[in-house]
Amino acid sequence: MSTRPAIVVERLQKAFGTVRALDGIDLTVPQGTVLGLLGPNGAGKTTVVRILTTLLAPDGGHAEVAGFDVVRDAVRLRSAIGLAGQFAAVDEMLTGRENLELVGRLYHLGRAEARERSADVLERFDLVDAADRTVKTYSGGMRRRLDLGASLVGRPVVLFLDEPTTGLDPRSRIGLWEVIEQLVDRGTTLLLTTQYLEEADKLADAIAVIDHGRVIAEGTADELKSQVGGDVLELVVVRREQLKDAVTAIAPLTCGEPQLDEDTGQVRVPVKGGANVLADAVRHLDAAGVAIADLALHRPTLDDVFLALTGRATAAEAGVAS
Amino acid sequence: MSSSPASLSWAVTDAIAMTRRNLVRYVRVPNLLVFSTIQPVMFVLLFTYVFGGAVRIPSGSYKDFLLPGILVQTVIFGSTQTGVGLADDLSRGMIDRFRSLPMARSAVLAGRTLSDTVRNLFVVLLMIGVGLLIGFRFHAGFISAVGAIVLAVLFGLAFSWISAFIGMAVRDVESAQTAGFIWIFPLVFASAVFVPVATMPGWLQSFARVNPVTNTAEAVRALCQGGPTATHVFHSMAWILGILLVFVPLSVRRYRRV
Repeated sequence: MSTRPAIVVERLQKAFGTVRALDGIDLTVPQGTVLGLLGPNGAGKTTVVRILTTLLAPDGGHAEVAGFDVVRDAVRLRSAIGLAGQFAAVDEMLTGRENLELVGRLYHLGRAEARERSADVLERFDLVDAADRTVKTYSGGMRRRLDLGASLVGRPVVLFLDEPTTGLDPRSRIGLWEVIEQLVDRGTTLLLTTQYLEEADKLADAIAVIDHGRVIAEGTADELKSQVGGDVLELVVVRREQLKDAVTAIAPLTCGEPQLDEDTGQVRVPVKGGANVLADAVRHLDAAGVAIADLALHRPTLDDVFLALTGRATAAEAGVAS
Repeated sequence: MSSSPASLSWAVTDAIAMTRRNLVRYVRVPNLLVFSTIQPVMFVLLFTYVFGGAVRIPSGSYKDFLLPGILVQTVIFGSTQTGVGLADDLSRGMIDRFRSLPMARSAVLAGRTLSDTVRNLFVVLLMIGVGLLIGFRFHAGFISAVGAIVLAVLFGLAFSWISAFIGMAVRDVESAQTAGFIWIFPLVFASAVFVPVATMPGWLQSFARVNPVTNTAEAVRALCQGGPTATHVFHSMAWILGILLVFVPLSVRRYRRV
């Protein structure tokens, strides 16, 4: 049991009418690790989470969480998991404390234990001062923290967070990341879905990129980045009209399609390896008479990876309807 | 689907926890209760004083005729809130959370229908209070009066389960409001709630006579006013049982797959 993966998913299938939401997904999440499920809207991320948390029955394939089959052992599985979905699913009319104690009671904890764990969660999530106010008075970030807290009252072995920071302002997002990192340090297995590549990069041990109901790439953030092949050269021209000239000038160094941003005058392009890329780029640009404001060499971000894998822009920009 | 003693006791405990959760809002925001009582009280006053003089009833006072009918109308209107509340929970993601917890599958629905029944009981008692102030009287003794109240509230509980099914089928609050209400109107108005069935045209009478609202209004009325009660009460109870037998399993099934 101790070496058994916390989540096993094999050839998982689900169709809604004629739409194949999941088209044979395989995933394995070892205990105590974080898997980031990354993909655009409608890729099938939420469907995976809904099946693994027993909210939805699969059409085919097999899935187990904490050793329990999602179909046959659904009842016992629910005692072992926590879920925070895309909404902050907390009751506005109850106080923060009442929300947590209610969830504790529904996990079938005793009254005293539900109270104790709720107090513990309130403290951990910095909600002690607001604990006895109705949730109606909470900010969006506080609601998300309470929602996340509610998913932990049952001390789950495996935690599912479906786009936990969607709709939050950057400050609340970073705050929530810190909380999630602490959780993971305590050894909870976490499956996290996100559209934010930065989020997966920051929180996940391993990342599975899914698109159209299939896993199209898997690995650590570094492994995925290396799939893009080498580094990314990023430069900003002084005069926008020289954007094309810049691309032509550095063409001998590149190994992929350049991304141009007409508004900022920025070019991003994968380049072949080599220590002299920067110096070579400067020389080529100088020879072509292109004035540059900024020039830098980056390891590729997951944005670059996603573009390379799907041929489409990043999830946030693509905005494919689900 | 197991029905061991342990899971049965959890079903009760979980349903009580959910009932409390739903009732807390009335304590915290008493306005919610005030507004759900104003309308029925207004119906009592308007019908008594505006239509009371025009409606001819076979015997007794219109106040004694009307109030039992309005009690039945009130519990049915009140029951539409069950579907609205569930649709609200659905659209806020609350139902997803509850369904991911190891709680009893019946508890969300049972808690919602029970808390709406408690609210219905409160409104019914308040209306009887208002009725007593303007001249309504029980004529058949204490036990029958209690029986009238229990029957009205049970009838509301049965309709709450229909409402629950509608709420989970339509899934959003506005649709639940509309879909939960439109079919109620003909049932309530083409019944013995406000007027004796005998005053309606023949074709409508045949509908009104089989209408469960008529059966229940007549049963509650008989329990308040005296006179033969057995047939009406039997018909009403048969409807209540029939509705529950159909809509409890239908709604729970819907909840599992929602």
